[in-house]
Amino acid sequence: MAGLSIDRGGARHPLIELSLGRLREFAREPEAVFWSFIFPILMSVTMALAFPGGGNKPAIVGIPQGAGAAAIREALARDPAVTVRDVPAGGEERALREGDVHLLVVPTAPPTYRFDPDRAESRVARLLVDAALKRAAGTADPWTAREEPVQLPGSRYVDWLIPGIVGLSVMGNGLWGVGFPIVQARMRNLLKRLVASPMRKREYLLAQIIGRLIVLTPEAGAPLVFGVLVLGMPIRGSIAAICLVCLVGAFSFGGLGLLLASRVRTFEAISGLMNLSTVPMWVLSGVFFSATNFPQSMQPLIQALPLTALINALRAVILEGTTLIGVARELAILAAWGLGSFATALAIFRWR
Amino acid sequence: MIGVRCINLAKRYDDVVAVDGLSFIVNRGECFGLLGPNGAGKTTTIEILEGLLEPDAGEVEVLGLTWKQHHRELRQRLGVQLQETQLGDKLTVEETLRLFRSFYHRGRTLDELLRIVELESKRRSWVGKLSGGQKQRLAVACALAGDPDLLFLDEPTTGLDPQSRRQLWALLSHFRQQGGTILLTTHYMDEAETLCDRVAIVDHGKVIAEGPPPELIATLGAPKVVTHQGTLEDVFVALTGRHLREE
Repeated sequence: MAGLSIDRGGARHPLIELSLGRLREFAREPEAVFWSFIFPILMSVTMALAFPGGGNKPAIVGIPQGAGAAAIREALARDPAVTVRDVPAGGEERALREGDVHLLVVPTAPPTYRFDPDRAESRVARLLVDAALKRAAGTADPWTAREEPVQLPGSRYVDWLIPGIVGLSVMGNGLWGVGFPIVQARMRNLLKRLVASPMRKREYLLAQIIGRLIVLTPEAGAPLVFGVLVLGMPIRGSIAAICLVCLVGAFSFGGLGLLLASRVRTFEAISGLMNLSTVPMWVLSGVFFSATNFPQSMQPLIQALPLTALINALRAVILEGTTLIGVARELAILAAWGLGSFATALAIFRWR
Repeated sequence: MIGVRCINLAKRYDDVVAVDGLSFIVNRGECFGLLGPNGAGKTTTIEILEGLLEPDAGEVEVLGLTWKQHHRELRQRLGVQLQETQLGDKLTVEETLRLFRSFYHRGRTLDELLRIVELESKRRSWVGKLSGGQKQRLAVACALAGDPDLLFLDEPTTGLDPQSRRQLWALLSHFRQQGGTILLTTHYMDEAETLCDRVAIVDHGKVIAEGPPPELIATLGAPKVVTHQGTLEDVFVALTGRHLREE
C-alpha cells in the first residue's frame, strides 16, 4: 500500500499511537508505577540484610548442663570462631531444631557431638569445636597454614543476587504488565471495539509489549543502580550489552504475557495462569540459589526456561564481563520464547 | 444503491436460536432501524453485519462488498459503535480520538471530530471523568473518525438522559444530511420514529413487520384510543401481543 496516500488527520502511525496509549495508561496508574520501581529495590535491600557477607559468621554451640561443661566452655571461649550459648535443660532438641545452635556438645568423656549432618553450618561447627577441644586437650597442631582471606567485589552473594532480582523484575513486569491490561480491555469490550475498526491485530499486540519496553529502563535500572551505588556491585560487561539482554528478556516475557492473556476473561483466571507460570521459575531458575543445585536430569528443562536464560545472561554480562556473543545461546532461548508466544497469541487471541 | 443486504440470516448459540432467517435491505442514504425487545436478536444481527460474528447461514453484503473478500476495505469504510464498550478511562478525549483516527487512511481531522460531537472543551479530560452522554458522543466520534459511508449503532442512547439523547439525535441527523447511511438498533420507539426512514420490527430472531414508521402505524387502522395518536409501540403490541419493553 502506498504510504504517501495515507492521511491520518494529525495522528501518528497506529503502532506508535497504540504504544503511547499503553504507556500513558501505565504512567497514570500511580500504584503500578510505585510497585514496578520500588519492589525490586525493596527485595534487594531485604536480601542484602538477610545474607550479609559470606561465611564469616561464628559457629553457635550449645552446651547442656553437667559435669565437665565448664571446662568445655572455657576451651571454646578462646576460639573467636565459636560462640557458646547456654541451653536450658530439656530444651536441647528444640534449640537444634530451630537453628538456635548449630551443634550441641554434650560434656561426656570424650565429648559427644549432636548435630544435623545435612546442615552445612552444623558440619562447620563440628570441625571448629573438635579442633578447639583437641587443642585444649594438648594435641599439637603439626603445622599452621598461612591464610589469605579474599573478598573481591563481585564474588559476594548480593552481587550474585542482584542480576537475579533484575531478571525477576523483568519477568514480573513483562507478564503482569502486559497480561492484566489486556484482560481488562477484554472485560470492557474494548478489544471488540478495536477489531471493529481497521486496526491491525498484530500491531495492537506488538504495541502492548513496546509500551512496556519503554518502562523497562527504570524497572531494570532501579535494582542495578541500587546494587552499584549502595552495595558496591561491580559491572564488568558493557552497559549496552546489559540493556540488550534486558530488552530481549522483556520482549520474551511480554510475548508470554500476551499468550497467557490471549483467551481469559477474568482477573482471577489471569492471576492463576500468571502464578502457575512464574512460581516454578522463581524456584527453578536460580534467582536466590544456583539452578545447578537441582538434579542433572532436570537441567535441560531448567536451562530452557526463559528466566534461567535471562538471569544466566545477566550474571555473565554483569559479573564476568561476557560479551553478547558469549550469551548468544541465552538470547536465542529468550527470542524463541518471545516469538513463539507472540505467534501463538496472535493465532488464538480472543478479541471479544 | 444498496447499503446493506442480508438474506435468510441465521445464528444460534448452543441451544438458543438468536437469529432465525432474517432478511432486509438498507438503501444508501437512509436511516434504518432494527426495533425489538431485548433478546430479539438485534445485537447478534448487527454484529454479523459488522463482520464481528460469522453467521451460521445466509448472505451478507455491505456497500456491495462481502466480508470474506473485502474485509480490509470494509473496515476502512464503516463506522461502528458497540453496545457497552468502555474506552480507556485514563486516556484523554483527544488521545482516544487520535488513536482511532490513526487506524483510518482518510477521514476528518481531530478538530473537526471534536467540533461535530461538541467535546472541544473536554479534549484534555480523561474519558473516565466524562458524563454518560459525553462518553457516548465520544464513542460516536470514534465511529466517525474515518468519515464512514455507513454507520452501525447498537442502542446508541440506552441509559442516557433526555437532553443527551436529543443531542445525539441531532448529531446523527447531521451525518444523514451529509449523505451517510445509518443502521441502528433500539428499543426506544420515539428514537425510531424520530431518526429512521424505515424500521424492521424484530422478534424471536425474525422480521415481523417492515416499513416507514408512519405506514406501520397506519396499518393499525383507526387508533383504538382516541386520546393519543398511534405510535410504533402500538404497532408492536398489536403484532406481538405484548409490551415492547417487557423483559
